[in-house]
Amino acid sequence: MKLITASHVCVRFGTDEVLHDINLDVSKGEIVTILGPNGSGKSTLLRALLGIVPVAEGRITRAPGLRIGHVPQKLMIDRTMPITVRRFLSLPTRVTDAAAEETLARVGMAGHGTDQMTTLSGGQQQRVLLARALLGAPQLLMLDEPTQGLDQPGEAAFYRLIEEVRTETGAAVLMISHDLHVVMAASDRVICLNGHICCEGTPRVVSTAPEYRALFGLGTQGALALYRHDHDHDHKDGPAHHSHDHRHDHRHEHDHA
Amino acid sequence: MLDDFLVRAGLAAVGLSLATGPLGSFVVWRRMAYFGDATAHAAILGVALALATDLPIGLGTLTVALAMAVTVAGLSARGWAMDTTLGVLAHSALAFGLVAVSFFPTVRTDLSAYLFGDILAVSRSDLALVWLGALAVVALLAWRWQALLTATLSEDLAHAAGIRPDRERLVLVIALASVVAVALKIVGALLIAAMLIIPAAAARSLARTPEAMAAIAVAVGALSGLGGLALSLWQDTPTGPSIIVVAAALFALASIRRQR
Repeated sequence: MKLITASHVCVRFGTDEVLHDINLDVSKGEIVTILGPNGSGKSTLLRALLGIVPVAEGRITRAPGLRIGHVPQKLMIDRTMPITVRRFLSLPTRVTDAAAEETLARVGMAGHGTDQMTTLSGGQQQRVLLARALLGAPQLLMLDEPTQGLDQPGEAAFYRLIEEVRTETGAAVLMISHDLHVVMAASDRVICLNGHICCEGTPRVVSTAPEYRALFGLGTQGALALYRHDHDHDHKDGPAHHSHDHRHDHRHEHDHA
Repeated sequence: MLDDFLVRAGLAAVGLSLATGPLGSFVVWRRMAYFGDATAHAAILGVALALATDLPIGLGTLTVALAMAVTVAGLSARGWAMDTTLGVLAHSALAFGLVAVSFFPTVRTDLSAYLFGDILAVSRSDLALVWLGALAVVALLAWRWQALLTATLSEDLAHAAGIRPDRERLVLVIALASVVAVALKIVGALLIAAMLIIPAAAARSLARTPEAMAAIAVAVGALSGLGGLALSLWQDTPTGPSIIVVAAALFALASIRRQR
């Protein structure tokens, strides 16, 4: 079942065509990652799908009544606004205290309900944003570079949480990242963007595509090597534990249907 | 009871605070202070137009304030440099208004009533207008509260939740114009923005949630109104400015409390 479909979408800022002829769709329960260099239109694409940025050409169709949970890149809360984490979770839809507390615990923020939003660290704020998105029981989660401000263990835990959410609720995930390594490990499908879609497919296919290499150049060789190292393993017998030369703690449960 | 001009003045001040508390909070959160000024200054032009056309003053100020607010909101949405644009619009509206009013010799003498307010001259019908206007603004804000807050926090989050930030902005603009029309008689065009901002700023130091901030701002506004009236009686000072003086003192107290 397609939750959201973009067909031949173009987005222009003035005369600048930022996105050109984008075709993509996200189905129930899949994790899709959009990768691209700075200025490639990743955020713009997500914002167009959310309806924030108007589409110049083409069409975006959503499944009827689609519930989207949105985690923006960063939330700048004006210091003049007093607001607790608990109050923030009830915007715009009010939620019960029990649901709020449970979801906060789930994202690792138990007991932070009375904190002021403006005092949270970047990583804590991302978790609260995720909690807020989850409270809406989304069918589709859209995340714009959600691990900004998280350290490496925090980042790994964040992606693990996303996978858990997908497994438990069947929600699809569409996210943006520049972190090739972790994201590739956590995604079913990767879309390489640079104004247009350069290539797409499973992480393995994309990582070997010449378009992808042209886009990310030599700088990614290290990450790619590590990535291949991951996926050369056989995951069929359930969660495999990898020991890496860095501090990620990956557990993969790939269900390539 | 309403025969006493002091009772009417006190009730008018309290009624106005009901609206300026929550609306002022939004003005502070969205950094719209100058916006409030522009709308208020335009009200003087509204007075002149009302006199020229024999329409009720309240209607004239409401119309012109609304026109100004919509213009400014439209320009800001198109990415105009706001401080300059507002500086041009606010002060030229005030200047045009003052020049236009001077064509009506009968008004010239009590022009200061529109600039600084004349709360002691509030009539029964003025009082009714203040309360109706304030209650309408409160009802409008209460109705849109969740959407307004979401849009104020983040336009992107609002969009994703199906809320249209431009529509919520319009709600605030309409509320602002209504409050300006209502407050003109009480604190005057020059000090309306102060009545919006100072109580809300004082409340910021004491509140942990947006709702608490709005409620405390109402209390600070009402206290300022009554305190200003008392100060004005006691020291024979002009009432509108006295209200703002008391509000400023409360703001200072709240800030000190926060420092501790």
